[in-house]
Amino acid sequence: MKILGIDTSNQVMSVALAENSRLIAEKTVNVKRNHSIQLMPAIEELFKEAEWLPKELDRIAVAKGPGSYTGVRIGVTVAKTLAFSLSCDLVGISSLQALAGNGERIPGSYIVPVFDARRGNIYTGLYQVKDNKIVPVNKDTHISVSEWAEGLKRLGAPLQLLGEDLEKHRDAVKKMLSESLIELPMSRQYTRASILTELALDLEPEPVHTFEPNYIRVAEAEQKWMEANPEHIQGGGWIEKL
Amino acid sequence: MSSKLILAIETSCDETSAAVIENGNRMLSNIVASQVKSHQRFGGVVPEIASRHHVEQITLIIEEAMREADVTYEELDAVAVTEGPGLVGALLIGVNAAKAVAFAHQIPLIAVNHIKGHIFANQLVNEMKYPLLSLVVSGGHTELIYMDNPGSYEIIGETRDDAAGEAYDKIGRVIGVPYPGGKHIDEMAHKGKDTYHFPRAMIKEDNYDFSFSGLKSAFINTVHNAKQKNEVLNDENLAASFQAAVVDVLVDKTIRAVKEKQAKQLVLAGGVAANKGLREALTQAVKNEAEGVELLIPPLDLCGDNAAMIGAAAFVQLEKGEFADYTLNGRPGLSV
Repeated sequence: MKILGIDTSNQVMSVALAENSRLIAEKTVNVKRNHSIQLMPAIEELFKEAEWLPKELDRIAVAKGPGSYTGVRIGVTVAKTLAFSLSCDLVGISSLQALAGNGERIPGSYIVPVFDARRGNIYTGLYQVKDNKIVPVNKDTHISVSEWAEGLKRLGAPLQLLGEDLEKHRDAVKKMLSESLIELPMSRQYTRASILTELALDLEPEPVHTFEPNYIRVAEAEQKWMEANPEHIQGGGWIEKL
Repeated sequence: MSSKLILAIETSCDETSAAVIENGNRMLSNIVASQVKSHQRFGGVVPEIASRHHVEQITLIIEEAMREADVTYEELDAVAVTEGPGLVGALLIGVNAAKAVAFAHQIPLIAVNHIKGHIFANQLVNEMKYPLLSLVVSGGHTELIYMDNPGSYEIIGETRDDAAGEAYDKIGRVIGVPYPGGKHIDEMAHKGKDTYHFPRAMIKEDNYDFSFSGLKSAFINTVHNAKQKNEVLNDENLAASFQAAVVDVLVDKTIRAVKEKQAKQLVLAGGVAANKGLREALTQAVKNEAEGVELLIPPLDLCGDNAAMIGAAAFVQLEKGEFADYTLNGRPGLSV
């Protein structure tokens, strides 16, 4: 099975090609540039490198969020449009689970991927090793750094914190969690699309047309509207064919 | 001439649209999914919500356009997409979807300017003849564009502040009609009379530029002062007075420009081209003051944002071999 993995949900962009569980090519870039400019040339480059044709693709694995709204949308739009127009499988994977895949398989420890969400908040999840696989313990969430650090401290277990954005919250981490940290090398701090292609092997394909990013957060305007209009049930009907 | 097929995609604002166009002038399909009901909740387009809706709709709309046109990807000569101007987050969905289709099927990619698209909407109905003058009026634009040939664009006049459509939406909010206000104001205007005589800004000036912010302020002040004095104004007369002020300036300057430039055709384009008051006044003025000039007004379904017009404009670029590469990005502030 030929699989394309795509993650553009944060500053790091990673694209990979794998044949079943064998990596063929991978590109990971950590520069402040626009994913809309970078992504398709990177995909094209890897296909050339691997001497693959687009129509040979069997499956696409995409990081579906959380992360930068625009970043997530670029990856998801390219993934779902490719999958739809090539009639191949589409699999969506949490961007946090993708990063958690960089964790060490240490029994009893928690793997905690982190993306900055600005204004003292983060996107994070809690993952653990089970049957040699890294699986979620809790749902991914949007949370304030202080609440998050307190919650982790209460766990009283060894922690593998992952993500370059942790640098922005160094003080909170040092103050609250320094005793339980397991230090991981630099190479583990960045999302890698090959982790997506590997996870995608075990997942069921999703319906392409209705596939959406998982933003975790409702858009601000929508949140306000829902608070002001509690009698309205969420659930669409907003789009009209002309 | 052999037949050339373009799949076109447009997501610059709050409509997700895809179309298949043959030879730049024949519409095989034109699917438009409007988000207007969603944005009505907020009284205007919320960019983040628009982008989210585009992601939800994009492949559905492309599939429907391909199916209705009964065309396969192998038959396509190019994929065209709006690169700008528009909302950046919204543009990015169309741009990335178009790149994905182009890569998947190894077909050329064409980047289209949204404003040029509005002008070329006319090509789907009538053959465009040059030299041509176009009045582009929408929620984001008010421009007089002169064209010597299909690929040359000269802006000879533009708004210095608000776009005409923007002014409509703003005063619509003051009168209290649902977003977008233009259609409602137009309907009300037909029942009222120009009794308030709002200023016709820049109408006497020796240029082709426009200004609508003074008119908007005059309108708001009139309503505000009446409220303070507990006077009740006639909304239909207010709408008629506002519309007369906008239309007078647009028509006056456009007729002057069409005569000076000795254009063969005058083309109306953009969302405000759907305005009945403007359509009627321009038709009358061309008849009375610009004899011999052919006036093209697009049918109502091609006035608003749609992908068919993008496919029509893209055909000119296809013929010239003007293609984009995979670094194509959204360009929110792109000018013609």
